[in-house]
Amino acid sequence: MGMTMTQKILAAHAGLDEVKAGQLIEAELDMVMGNDVTTPPAIDVFRKSGRDKVYDRKKVALVPSHFTPNKDIKSAEQALRLRAFAEEQDLFYRFEQGKETMGIEHVVLPENGMIMPGDTLIGADSHTCTDGALGAFSTGVGSTDLGCAMATGKAWFKVPGALKFHLTGELKDPCTGKDLILYIISKIGVDGALYRSMEYSGPGVKTLSMADRMTVCNMAIEAGGKNGIFPVDDITLEYIKRVAPERYEAGDFTIYEADEDAEYDEVYEIDLSEIPLMVAFPHLPENGRAVGTFDPIEIDQVVIGSCTNGRIDDMRLAARFLKGRKVASHVRCIIIPGSQRVWNQCLKEGLFDIFTAAEAVISAPTCGPCLGGHMGVLAAGERCVSTTNRNFVGRMGHQTAEIYLAGPPVAASSAIMGRVAGPDELPEL
Amino acid sequence: MDAKGKVFKYGENVDTDVIIPARYLNTSDPDHLAAHCMVDLDPSFVERVKPGDIIVAGRNFGCGSSREHAPVAIKAAGVSCVIAPSFARIFYRNSINMGLPILECAEAAEGIEDGDEVEVDFSSGMIHNITKDETYKAQAFPEFIQKIIASNGLIGYITK
Ligand code: SF4
Repeated sequence: MGMTMTQKILAAHAGLDEVKAGQLIEAELDMVMGNDVTTPPAIDVFRKSGRDKVYDRKKVALVPSHFTPNKDIKSAEQALRLRAFAEEQDLFYRFEQGKETMGIEHVVLPENGMIMPGDTLIGADSHTCTDGALGAFSTGVGSTDLGCAMATGKAWFKVPGALKFHLTGELKDPCTGKDLILYIISKIGVDGALYRSMEYSGPGVKTLSMADRMTVCNMAIEAGGKNGIFPVDDITLEYIKRVAPERYEAGDFTIYEADEDAEYDEVYEIDLSEIPLMVAFPHLPENGRAVGTFDPIEIDQVVIGSCTNGRIDDMRLAARFLKGRKVASHVRCIIIPGSQRVWNQCLKEGLFDIFTAAEAVISAPTCGPCLGGHMGVLAAGERCVSTTNRNFVGRMGHQTAEIYLAGPPVAASSAIMGRVAGPDELPEL
Repeated sequence: MDAKGKVFKYGENVDTDVIIPARYLNTSDPDHLAAHCMVDLDPSFVERVKPGDIIVAGRNFGCGSSREHAPVAIKAAGVSCVIAPSFARIFYRNSINMGLPILECAEAAEGIEDGDEVEVDFSSGMIHNITKDETYKAQAFPEFIQKIIASNGLIGYITK
């Protein structure tokens, strides 16, 4: 029987010719990642393993991004433990604030050329599934897995079955990958892909940018999925050629394709041209509705950033709708470039001039308000339109606060209008 | 036989909050966690459970937060094995990593009743219901997972 793309990558990393859904395997890892919250307990686990050294100093990435720049003494101490361990282990990749390599873990790994097509990686963070956009197998795990994987370079997996999303057509401007994934989750629900891979295919794939694909894979976990994955095409190859020129030239990657007769639990046909601008209402990502189909909702804050929508493409889109306009007087519009590289690029392209003229505030790269950490925590009853990925109760602050998930065009338009709004409601310039 | 005991049977979607409520998470001491295991679902569980007993439940066992404390509490309470048609993904990982054997078997979850005497063989995946004299087959653990469980969890396995 044929294998899905994910199954082929896992089989190769387990040294097996064939695997099938449900099988338990042990696979070699090409990268192991942790952040400032999950790494400290993993260091304790690593110590218990009795090893002195991590399995490969080039394949362990510890990225402080949740509460950094340190928001309080506790988070400062967590980040310090991570930093000291990285120093002790002489890790190859470092992510110190201000350096080009730093930022939110799922933004910087691909951007720094650390993930190649065909790789297998784990991260002690549920949104590690983002990297499936590059045709890699990538999934989130717990701190024990991280600690043991730092020691051994291996992890065990239960081979997932898969849902296939066959894409045709092209997204209508200014819809993005965010609208596509919010649409999919509204159809299949927050456990619609439980245990399974979400594999994308079809002629529509080539119309999606790398940024779109990363946003789509990022939210696989919001559908309960184990991973999201895109086939490798010219767009992927151009991307890795740019971010990892040496490894690209050396052919240091493998392209896997799903077999013709691969088995899928379900196949969904999606015409991209029919996807509307979407907003997911509180308090679940599956509560997606098309913009223009609900009554006006007044808001207090807008957040544009995160591992879902903090890339340069997202910043450009936000700038396109903020340009020449002003944020509504009662709204705080917080813009958080997802990495230092994105931040520097915004500066270079003059996007910050547009943001400041619109009276938005610009933050250093951080997860910040996405998990209710800092830089924009909500008070009781406040409403926020956010380009992040979770709108659970209390995620961004008080339990009675409300989060509306959307892409950058809707977030920017909402900031101007002071209510949840799409770009076609904006006044003419 | 790798596990043998009396069955405690529960329903679907048993979440990590009822397995070990967040109010007891100010410690990771297994004995302390075991003393509150299942308290919000079955307050008498802790008094009745004996070493080797088995939990059988409905689908999606262990859903909710990714706390590793949940399988630790069940294991420290003396439970030798959990059987359900399906487990939440991160709970599944955490259980194996903490050395708590868990088996997916819809037939067993259907056929076994509360109080039945059951034995399980991890290497073959055979589940024998002594009370009803029925046998069900789960997927056997591959050798390395058996080793992880025999080593009392992933840490023990990699330090071998
Ligand atoms: S931006 Fe939000 S979802 Fe992404 S890694 Fe940070 S906290 Fe997690």
